Amino acid sequence: MAATERDPSRSSWYVDDAYYRRLVGDFSDWQRDELVTTDPTLRERCRALLEREARFLDQGRFEDWLGLYAPECLYWVPGTPGGGDPRREVALAFDDRRQLEGRIYRVRTGYAWSQVPQSRTVRLISNVEVFGTDTAAVVMVRSNFMLSEFRSGESRILSGWYAHRIVEHDGRWQILVKQANLIDCDQSLRNPSIIL
Amino acid sequence: MSKLEQPPAPLGTLDGPEPRHNLDVLVQRDRVHRLIYTDPGIFQEEMTKVFGGIWVYLAHESQIPRNDDFVTTRLGLRPIIVVRDGDGQIRALYNRCTHRGTTLCRHDRGSAKAFQCPYHGWTFLNTGRLSGVPWPDGYACDFKDAQFNLAQVPRVESYRGFIFGTLNADAPSLAQHLGAVTQPIDEWLDRHPGGRVIFSGANRLKYLGNWKLAYDNSCDGYHVVFSHRSLLEMENRLLDETKKGMSFYKSKPDEAPMYCRYFGNGHHFKDKRPNVEKRPGALWEIEGAHPGMEYYEDQIRRRLGTKADSALDLAASEPVNINVFPNLLILGNHVQVIEPLAVGETSLAWYGTAVVDESGELDGAVDAVNALRMRTMESFPNFGEVDDAANFEEIQRGLAACEDEWVYMHRGMDIPGRIKVDANGVITAPATDEVFMREYTKEWRRIMQSRPALHVRREP
Repeated sequence: MAATERDPSRSSWYVDDAYYRRLVGDFSDWQRDELVTTDPTLRERCRALLEREARFLDQGRFEDWLGLYAPECLYWVPGTPGGGDPRREVALAFDDRRQLEGRIYRVRTGYAWSQVPQSRTVRLISNVEVFGTDTAAVVMVRSNFMLSEFRSGESRILSGWYAHRIVEHDGRWQILVKQANLIDCDQSLRNPSIIL
Repeated sequence: MSKLEQPPAPLGTLDGPEPRHNLDVLVQRDRVHRLIYTDPGIFQEEMTKVFGGIWVYLAHESQIPRNDDFVTTRLGLRPIIVVRDGDGQIRALYNRCTHRGTTLCRHDRGSAKAFQCPYHGWTFLNTGRLSGVPWPDGYACDFKDAQFNLAQVPRVESYRGFIFGTLNADAPSLAQHLGAVTQPIDEWLDRHPGGRVIFSGANRLKYLGNWKLAYDNSCDGYHVVFSHRSLLEMENRLLDETKKGMSFYKSKPDEAPMYCRYFGNGHHFKDKRPNVEKRPGALWEIEGAHPGMEYYEDQIRRRLGTKADSALDLAASEPVNINVFPNLLILGNHVQVIEPLAVGETSLAWYGTAVVDESGELDGAVDAVNALRMRTMESFPNFGEVDDAANFEEIQRGLAACEDEWVYMHRGMDIPGRIKVDANGVITAPATDEVFMREYTKEWRRIMQSRPALHVRREP
């Protein structure tokens, strides 16, 4: 297979059985407290990445936001508390690189009525904990979020916790996977059209 | 300057014509009145006459596969536990303690032989029978009296896994009520191995609008290129793609071979299959881009060879909308359920469905098919339904304007030769016509003008 055919903006080869297996494993195991780092520098770097990501989303800088992600990445909003198994159940969102580019493209058309007018958001991120993994350059970061959204005359609060799988690549941290866990993910959600 | 329009006192105001709810006025041959979407009194009546007086979808058998499994739901606004009892009988119990009215079960689903009321400890078997009351010596009554057993929906029947209930003892059988809509349901099921599917998670959306706005939309081929313009553009954004997804709507949809059909009893059907070539793999070819698509297609082709196209079609969205009045919409690979919450508030549950392959028809590729199928199903709720729901909310806002009273649904009306009616009264029209709305609102009016005798049943 030629390299161009594996461009994750054009095709999706990397979301395979092994990818799903690792995803379900990594994003369901938060019991091992001993993996939480005590290194304040590492924690601060992860926190800075999360804060920048939050700002880009709140500013509507979606292309810059996607620039924080590795080429082979995933944005996942489970519909089952704890994540569930995306091979056997539908998620609220499960976007690979190509679909994330499509998601941004759709909003940018100006015809995505759920985002006309576009939501204004601010989000607070706190309780950041960094978990080590078997791979030195990869960490799992767990954080809590509260997101205030104003759209079409009304304000509302969405809240939950994020799980990020982050990799250090050429001295720079990149997001491999973001899982956004709404506390009410299995309930009826009004206009779930913003990127969490 | 154009002529000023001064309507008579609008319906629904104190000075308006009486009676306030003359449904012959509110539902006309080409239009309906805003009040059928906005009036709390009409909504209250719908919650008994429609959601109770006719067969209403309650749950799917795959949600309660084993004896003692239950799922909680609503029949209109009534809290209901749909349970498969110890003998395998499916019951729809009122989730309401006979003592003080407390809901007994607060879980979405689970397994239980009995339900104990959290308030005073009255305990009921999952047949609905009262099995115990704390300190019965304090009562002079006989608790064997049937009046203390849970109320339950007197008639519960299934059609190929879809469980329905009605409180109306005089209602026809479920099969009679469904009538010819069973044909597309059968075809939808029979494209799967074993002729069945199981539920696999859900996308649930709430909108501030009347429940009928979703039913109006369910067969509407007119809104697609406008309401879903961003989705169509997204699906075709890559250079070599022009025919993905619902692109067949883009040019002269009135003349396309797809059609809408009205079966009677409020049920209708939009069949887009004639737009797609009738050969294995044709459905898969128009699927937009989804996560894992290239990898799993490759896996399935390696494993199944010439049978791969048919397997891939199972992961592709089936181009039908099968709408069973009032609340069950089978579309693509979803089972969507309309749940009215209030006159201006509705929840839509989009249940995903998965393929089961007990006979080995898919040669071990069923997991790969499902991994793809989950992703194709996520597309429309994420990139399509959110825009419809936003438009439903804006309709409800628009309908607050009380002087401008009418909602029109006359597309395709009075055009000679356009609408065909067969010997059984089944109506067929172009997919962009609103004939299905005119017909189902007539049926809605008939039900709302009826006086159904509603019953509950209790174990003896």
